[in-house]
Amino acid sequence: MSDTHAQTVAYVRDTMLPEQAPPSTAAGPIKWMRDNLFSSVLNTVLTLLSVYFLWLVLSLVLPWVWYGSWTATSLKECREVVADLGLAHGAACWSVIGERYLQLIYGFYPAELYWRANLAFVLMIVALAPVLYPNLPRKILWFSALYPFIAFWLLWGGTLWTPVVAVAGFVLGYFAFEALYRLAGSLVGVIAAILVPVIWWLLLAGPVANGLASVLPLTIETVESAKFGGFMLSIIIGVTGIALSLPLGILLALGRQSDLMIVKAICVGFIEFIRGVPLITLLFVASTLLNYFLPPGTTFDIILRVIIMVTLFASAYMAEVVRGGLAALPTGQYEAADALGLDYWKATRLITMPQALKISIPGIVSTFIGLFKDTTLVSIIGLLDPIGLTNTIRADSNWNGIVWELYGFIALMFFIFCFGMSRYSMYLERKLKTGH
Amino acid sequence: MSQLATDREIDRSKMAVSDEVAIQINKMNKWYGAFHVLRDIDMTVQRGERIVIAGPSGSGKSTLIRCINRLEEHQKGDIIVDGIELTSDLKNIDKIRREVGMCFQHFNLFPHLSILENCTLAPMWVRKTPKKEAEEIAMHFLEKVKIPEQADKYPGQLSGGQQQRVAIARSLCMKPRIMLFDEPTSALDPEMIKEVLDTMVELAEEGMTMLCVTHEMGFAKQVANRVIFMDAGQIVEQNEPEEFFNNPKSERTKLFLSQILGH
Repeated sequence: MSDTHAQTVAYVRDTMLPEQAPPSTAAGPIKWMRDNLFSSVLNTVLTLLSVYFLWLVLSLVLPWVWYGSWTATSLKECREVVADLGLAHGAACWSVIGERYLQLIYGFYPAELYWRANLAFVLMIVALAPVLYPNLPRKILWFSALYPFIAFWLLWGGTLWTPVVAVAGFVLGYFAFEALYRLAGSLVGVIAAILVPVIWWLLLAGPVANGLASVLPLTIETVESAKFGGFMLSIIIGVTGIALSLPLGILLALGRQSDLMIVKAICVGFIEFIRGVPLITLLFVASTLLNYFLPPGTTFDIILRVIIMVTLFASAYMAEVVRGGLAALPTGQYEAADALGLDYWKATRLITMPQALKISIPGIVSTFIGLFKDTTLVSIIGLLDPIGLTNTIRADSNWNGIVWELYGFIALMFFIFCFGMSRYSMYLERKLKTGH
Repeated sequence: MSQLATDREIDRSKMAVSDEVAIQINKMNKWYGAFHVLRDIDMTVQRGERIVIAGPSGSGKSTLIRCINRLEEHQKGDIIVDGIELTSDLKNIDKIRREVGMCFQHFNLFPHLSILENCTLAPMWVRKTPKKEAEEIAMHFLEKVKIPEQADKYPGQLSGGQQQRVAIARSLCMKPRIMLFDEPTSALDPEMIKEVLDTMVELAEEGMTMLCVTHEMGFAKQVANRVIFMDAGQIVEQNEPEEFFNNPKSERTKLFLSQILGH
């Protein structure tokens, strides 16, 4: 075609046209408004309706929030103060938050020990930072790994030897693996790495910790689980659940795709069972039923039991989210990894899992957010999370009958946490984008 | 289709075929479920050979070379690569995969890793090469495929031809003794086919043992020392390229060649 054309008409462009700026109607805020708000008659009507509706809601809510009383000492007094303002729909009684916010944050944790909870929270941010932002020095990850033990000691108190012997279990497992891996291969190494710490924790850790404590106590004041409450409790359960459910979910997802029949059957059975049962029933199992199966006299911390149930629950959902990511990968990725000689674990760790997790970020974060909000269900089994505390606060005759302000405050706090997670996931998606 | 792979004269000084056997396949059979894909394949590949496998789609040519590094499992017969027999023993499979490089139709680069990381990953994790050395090797091969300047980009930012050249470099970083090509140019625009073929010609000139499934008959004519024609899961005809193209023996081959070279 081009040949015949070239023979009939000779035309060669030797100067290229310069680039030009777009006309003013095709850029800037006017274009944006025209495109997004007033692009057609119907859209213009909808825009105006939306503005009217927003005004309607905000004109009622904002004065209620803004003119609320911060000084009244009881609901009755507050109602009188607010009535004097003469607002059509009244105003909020924020003084209940001012009076009880420490309780909503710490529950019944002893006031003189708040610093320990605060320190644990600050250290948690330090420990999370290198996990969330890979640009930070990698060495802080060692602190992140130790943080759960430090936080446990700070929050519950007791002797420092308890977390130390717990860490020792992991160290022993590592050495058991290293020693036997060389001698007897990876399978024996893995089995030893699991068995040695378990035996250590079950049989030896207690006596060793007691023995060491009697020589050198290193003890701070113990706080019982019953005193934990408020957002501190939500964060403890939520963050631990989040941190544990992701690795467990990944393992379950891999197990579900495994060629090994029994592993696959166990994983599928676990996931389907947990997903088929409401969280609340699992929490009831944790709070009441579990005691029937344990030897009489064993005390098994209620917060620990709840954390285990919440983690198992979230990990089943996590497994399905991660499996979706794995299924979305082209088979070529698995084949290329195989063809290069990478074994299953290396291919999973370096090639398929990073990509699968990247694909599943929105689903993973949704599961995290769901888990964090589900921590409020523990109020039903009598733990004093913020929702549980609202009943306690209303039991005070001064504040009997107050609802909106408490739930509004709790909702705001949860929103801040969950919105933060959501924004972080969007940041992560942008950061990991490697296409055009 | 019949265009030549390269316009220049090919340097045949190192393209010697040795007596040493690289791949030996005896009476190999494979089924997909009840479907008999490969039937009694017998084949010997000498070190230094450049073999082009041609045939209509569905004839089993891709499946055949994918059996050589066990991306597909064969059910009957033996495959011996570099003196190691392919069985379900994972250790042998990993050993063979270390020595056999492969390039795919759709490149299959790792999109979450940069070009350099794509190339250093396997040497570092499989061969335990130190990072610095692995990067030097990677840069050496990226220069060889003429895209060292793209080392820090991601696969999604490269053209198809560039991606395929990276894929070749990635395989070469493992210093394989045998290279398998599974239709390396079939997903490329005509302009890019040439750059990939150029890379493959250079590789052949260095004496690499190559098995290529391709429809590029120009490449077969210029570079291959043997062309294998497959149909319905069997090797129908194999010969030196000159004889194969000018004087095909079987009717099936004649029909195929008339279709592929006819326009």
